[in-house]
Amino acid sequence: MITVSNLSKSYNAGPVLNIENLDIPKGQSFGLVGNNGAGKTTFFSLLLDLIQPTTGFIKSKDIQVNESEDWKPFTSAYIDETFLIGYLTPEEYFYFIGELRGQNKADVDALLKQFEDFFHGEILNQKKYLRDLSKGNQKKVGIIAALIGNPEVIILDEPFANLDPTTQIRLKQIIKNLAGQQGVTVLVSSHDLMHVTEVSDRIVVLEKGEVIKDLATSAATLKELEAHFAGE
Amino acid sequence: MIFGALWMIASFSILGFGVYFMIEDVLKMEPFQVVNQVLIYYMVFDLVFRYFLQKMPVMNIKPLMYLPIKRKEIVNFAIGKTMISFFNVLHAFFFIPFSIVLIMKGFPVLQVLAWNLAILGWIYCNNFLNIFVNNKDVVFFAVIGFIVVMIGLQYYGIFDITQFTYPIFNSFYAVPYLAFIPVVLAGVFYKIAFTYFKKNLYLDAGLSVKHDIAETQDYTWLNRFGSMSTFLKNDIKLLRRNKRSKTTLLMSVLFIFYGLLFFTGSVEAYDGPFWRIFAGIFISGGFLFTFGQFVPSWDSAYYPLMMSQNIRYKEYIASKWYLMVIATIISTIISVFYLYWGWQAYAAVVVGAIYNIGVNSHLVLWGGAYIKTPIDLTTSKKAFGDKQAFNAKTLLLTIPKLLLPMVIYAVGHFTLGEVFGFALVAIAGLTGFLFKNKVFDIIEKVYKSEKYKTLAAYKQNN
Repeated sequence: MITVSNLSKSYNAGPVLNIENLDIPKGQSFGLVGNNGAGKTTFFSLLLDLIQPTTGFIKSKDIQVNESEDWKPFTSAYIDETFLIGYLTPEEYFYFIGELRGQNKADVDALLKQFEDFFHGEILNQKKYLRDLSKGNQKKVGIIAALIGNPEVIILDEPFANLDPTTQIRLKQIIKNLAGQQGVTVLVSSHDLMHVTEVSDRIVVLEKGEVIKDLATSAATLKELEAHFAGE
Repeated sequence: MIFGALWMIASFSILGFGVYFMIEDVLKMEPFQVVNQVLIYYMVFDLVFRYFLQKMPVMNIKPLMYLPIKRKEIVNFAIGKTMISFFNVLHAFFFIPFSIVLIMKGFPVLQVLAWNLAILGWIYCNNFLNIFVNNKDVVFFAVIGFIVVMIGLQYYGIFDITQFTYPIFNSFYAVPYLAFIPVVLAGVFYKIAFTYFKKNLYLDAGLSVKHDIAETQDYTWLNRFGSMSTFLKNDIKLLRRNKRSKTTLLMSVLFIFYGLLFFTGSVEAYDGPFWRIFAGIFISGGFLFTFGQFVPSWDSAYYPLMMSQNIRYKEYIASKWYLMVIATIISTIISVFYLYWGWQAYAAVVVGAIYNIGVNSHLVLWGGAYIKTPIDLTTSKKAFGDKQAFNAKTLLLTIPKLLLPMVIYAVGHFTLGEVFGFALVAIAGLTGFLFKNKVFDIIEKVYKSEKYKTLAAYKQNN
């Protein structure tokens, strides 16, 4: 589904990302871990063509993302608050995204219905604009909006951060379900090793922009990751 | 911002030195008396400007609260910070040169100094007043209403407030020790501001962020615009729900009245016939200019979202274009009162509107595509002071938008008469329509080629 070739990104201060080869097959739940500055968000931004690669390219379903925009209809993402429109209510935002992705109001309503327990009564009909919601609730809105319009690739940057424990557990269910049953390629980054090993089929560890581990998740993965980050 | 500040300082200084001679030579009146008369308006306008532009220190207080600093000191620090603000210093650049001229003209030094002290007191009264008035729209509109009514009453000679305020301001000069009254008053206002501030120095009181009650709105009546309605709905919400955009709307209403300066003949320099077109362009195009020059910056806060969604640029641009067109038409309809100053006045507005819609709307959107200033929708404070709002590039772009139609009109006016002049401008506007798709194509290309730079620039503030 996603192929990375000789991808690198450097700023004046030096290289921040350098991935020679990476293939993410369709339907894989892909976890990305690494300390701050490891290049996780840089990688996701390149994948969404929000920044230009210094060398190399990424192909999504054989479309080179920085040359054609045809990847947009089947790709969705929630990176940070810049993916939210502060002066809209959550409902308006969902419908807006829906319209951009060719879904009518009924389609969006049907989707939202499935996630009622995820929202936990704090999102819909609250008479609040997105800018006035708490960080955790904003994240809930962003994540669910990324599911609108049957995307084939979903990119979530640190989706577990700021969420309360109940929502974290529900989100894990949602991610597993997307990859396992609907064949969606899900890319998730996280600082929480436990969550990410639980939802991912495969985990890649980035350090200073380089892939230093590429693991198929097994019972031993969490231990291995913990040992790695503890510096042993 | 720096440029704007220097410009203000320069004009205030020049005015300070020159106003005495201007009043004496041009108006043939006693300069000091005239200044004392208009001081009341000076002070009220100062308050209005502060309300719009002066940033309250409240925002930066939060981090101080967790540090081992006494609450009293935090409040004193915050209020003290407003005291050295540009909005207070600026006045010195007018009053000091003016006083120098007064003394040179033989006014007694001590009395002039007392008068200055009084002014200083009033300015600080305004400064502290603004602290507890800030963000109370009711008070603000009351002040605006007061100004309009007073100017109106004075203009028609019904009631002249300056007759009552003139003796007050003059008394500080005539009886120097009275100058301590405003100074003491400023001290009292400081105390009030201090108490008010200290009482509200809690996260859930004065420092809490007010939440608007939001209603979900569908605007289904806009669906007739087809797939463009997606953006149109969003843009209307953007305009209605954000402070910054509301300021823009207010400014465009003010532009409608800008033409009064021209058609009432109150400013001599504007008497040439081609100035009509200049006025007509501004009257009908206030919104077009103030809103259009910041497309796509209005969407800067969520530009990454827009760029990762499958948006159709044409519809995105068309939506903004329609808004500008609709606003121009509405302004033109409201401006029908210009008929009072002859059909030429309103004809200028109408052809100005045609030219705005046909030509300027394209130019403005095109220029906006290169402006990469992120817009903070939640505050109105930067609407005027923004360094990009008045930079050289924007000014340069404004020239063809205004000069060209004036030249076109002048060509017609001085050959076959004013009707021909109006017709030429209208034809130029209608011709512009033909290029709409072409221009939209170009703008789309600019959006695409500038995409990464724009994203990076918007990120600076987010």
